[in-house]
Amino acid sequence: MNSADDAKQRKTIPIVAAPAGADDEAMVSLYAAAKKIYPRSVQGVFAQWRWFFVALTQLVFYGLPWLEWGTRQAVLFDLASRRFYIFGLVLYPQDFIYLTGLLVISALSLFLFTAVAGRLWCGFACPQTVYSEIFLWIERKIEGDRSARMRLDGADFSLEKLVKKWYKHLIWIFLSIWTGFTFVGYFTPIRELAMEFFTTHMSSWELFWVFFYAFATYGNAGFMREQVCKYMCPYARFQSAMFDHDTLIVTYDSERGEPRGPRSRNADLTKPQLGSCVDCTMCVQVCPTGIDIRNGLQYECISCGACVDVCDSVMDKMGYERGLVRFATQNAMGQKWSAKQMLQRMLRPRVQVYAMFLIGLIAFVLVSLSLRTPFKVDVVRDRSTLSRITEVGTLENVYRLQIMNASENAQTYHLSVRGLPNIRIETETDVKVDAAQSRWVVLRADIPYGSSEAGSHKILFEIQAVGTDDFVVEKSVFIVPR
Amino acid sequence: MSDFTSSFWSVFVAAISIIGVLYCAFLLWFSAQVKVSAHQTEDGTTGHVWDGDLREMNNPLPRWWLWLFIITIVFAAVYSVAYPTLGSYVGKLGWTSQGQYDAEVAKANADLQPLYAAFDAQTPEKLSTDPKAMAVGERLFMNNCAQCHGSDAHGSKGFPNLTDGDWLHGGTPDKIKETITKGRIGQMPPMAAAVGSPDDIRNVSHYVLSLSGSPHDSVRAALGKSKFGACAACHGMDGKGNQALGSANLTDKIWLHGWGEEAITAMINAGKVNQMPAQEGRLTPSQIHVLTAYVWGFSNQPATAVATDTAK
Repeated sequence: MNSADDAKQRKTIPIVAAPAGADDEAMVSLYAAAKKIYPRSVQGVFAQWRWFFVALTQLVFYGLPWLEWGTRQAVLFDLASRRFYIFGLVLYPQDFIYLTGLLVISALSLFLFTAVAGRLWCGFACPQTVYSEIFLWIERKIEGDRSARMRLDGADFSLEKLVKKWYKHLIWIFLSIWTGFTFVGYFTPIRELAMEFFTTHMSSWELFWVFFYAFATYGNAGFMREQVCKYMCPYARFQSAMFDHDTLIVTYDSERGEPRGPRSRNADLTKPQLGSCVDCTMCVQVCPTGIDIRNGLQYECISCGACVDVCDSVMDKMGYERGLVRFATQNAMGQKWSAKQMLQRMLRPRVQVYAMFLIGLIAFVLVSLSLRTPFKVDVVRDRSTLSRITEVGTLENVYRLQIMNASENAQTYHLSVRGLPNIRIETETDVKVDAAQSRWVVLRADIPYGSSEAGSHKILFEIQAVGTDDFVVEKSVFIVPR
Repeated sequence: MSDFTSSFWSVFVAAISIIGVLYCAFLLWFSAQVKVSAHQTEDGTTGHVWDGDLREMNNPLPRWWLWLFIITIVFAAVYSVAYPTLGSYVGKLGWTSQGQYDAEVAKANADLQPLYAAFDAQTPEKLSTDPKAMAVGERLFMNNCAQCHGSDAHGSKGFPNLTDGDWLHGGTPDKIKETITKGRIGQMPPMAAAVGSPDDIRNVSHYVLSLSGSPHDSVRAALGKSKFGACAACHGMDGKGNQALGSANLTDKIWLHGWGEEAITAMINAGKVNQMPAQEGRLTPSQIHVLTAYVWGFSNQPATAVATDTAK
């Protein structure tokens, strides 16, 4: 496996085309109808964890937009007025850097979790998995478990089939629309949206996004399911680049399991001809991506642990030790490490470095969020009138200041200017801006005529939030004509 | 496409587009299947072998994926027929970006109609105390007037200050509205010949300066007074100007085109044509009505005299 050795031994072998016109040639399509997968229901530790994450993520997703913060929605991304409210935070588009921070944190968490335990995100928290799980649960409640569903799909048309299918789709569609509605509720106040929804007064864009998102949910969770992970998700594919031999993956202990085969319940395991695997194919039946974990790690595996749960229950029934299929690392499997040895390797330098970066970045973002000035100012110089000389012997420049109040209270700001001798502001210097509003203020600054040389002079506007220590300094120029 | 003298580029672009789509369709058909020897199909490979033992698996994509490609090709065909896609072809739907823009403007105007209708019903004097109207007025002013008159409406050389109560063409709401709607052409003819010698012109300049009590040479001013008759036709014997003619008041210290002997001499010698462009083609009568109130408010309502007072 050493690549250096490999290179030494590499020799050029020409690609030889198969002899043309051979009799046994056939055209094979590179496309095939996707086979529907009927995952069997499963109980166990990992199933419980998954349901815990389903409940947690969905409680947050469906619940969050209904929370109130003072007089407004606690979490609201108001695209029309370009204000992003997250509880006590009021963010402007200028705060975009925090979104970048969030994305980098997400990426680093991904590196960390994947290095430690593979596709944890995929198996437990990804919306695709979570919604598939919910939709599958509904399907199971109505159509029954795996075998019943397969029977129903194979059966001829009947009233029972019609009713069950309709019933299922009705609930799916209801859930999808609710999901789409909730999604839009993050961008437009959800209580108003609910009123509009029930009085059919929604704007066409709101309506579009509700139904677009509903359609995506319905399609992805109801029909596409594992195909999204297999064919559409880029993240699923590049995660394998973050695996190493100490990454926890779902593994079949083939040394213990093989040779597999059915046996009577009181067969003697000490006889060498049979391994622990009873070849019940339960691990295949529960797999949401339809793979056989006994063939080793495959790109389809989302690390959900369903096969681990079901195999443990089979082992229990057989009276064998659990863990024929288990979360283990390649090194632990190959070198027969104990669980303790395996977990010790978990804190390898790679993981430590990821964790260090992650903690550092989170701390940095939190500190910068807590220290940020709760307002911003943009200075725009009047472009057409460079400067003017007044009858009273002063030289004026005109500016427009946009003061953006990112706090939850109306705030008065004191404006001052410096950078040139005797420069002063002629217009009002105390400006009040309402909570979370921005305001354009026209500002006229002047100097005595002739007190400064001709040219462009750098000046600084200092904007102080009255009654606080917060201030902002903005650069601009003052132009003196020749 | 009137940009080009021949239809070559139009045909060229259309041909490339069509060939591109057809090539995609061909590629899709061509690459959807592969020739495999029968005994190799059983092990799930395509039969291609590299480096002696590296074999290519055939992991077929789901068929709906193929359908997505087909849908894009069908979409391209339908879109090309319906919209102006192929060179100068205009499309069956007759869509143009200009048309869409016009429709959006018409819709926005229709949406704003009730708001402006309420404004139209009020006099400019009344409107200038309405914060909502003044907020609209401020935005209109910033977008349409501030480029010349300045964000603070104080103007600059050649562009009148709108806040000082001095009006060349009248400061009543009616006159302001007329100015905005029709524009104004301020004309000071070259008067050198009528006034006399260069020395006479200097004398008149000093007389003009004396009218407003500005620094001047009183001897020259006294000499210039007799020559002022040429100016009086427009500016009046007392030099107070005439708003009906748009002639400037020379007795105040407001100098639109600069003050001092030099500036006034230059004005008498060369004259000046200064233009306020008409806005009636750009703004609706309702918008002009609101702007009138906003501009009138600069010099008539202390509360709204400064542009900054209307909060956004």
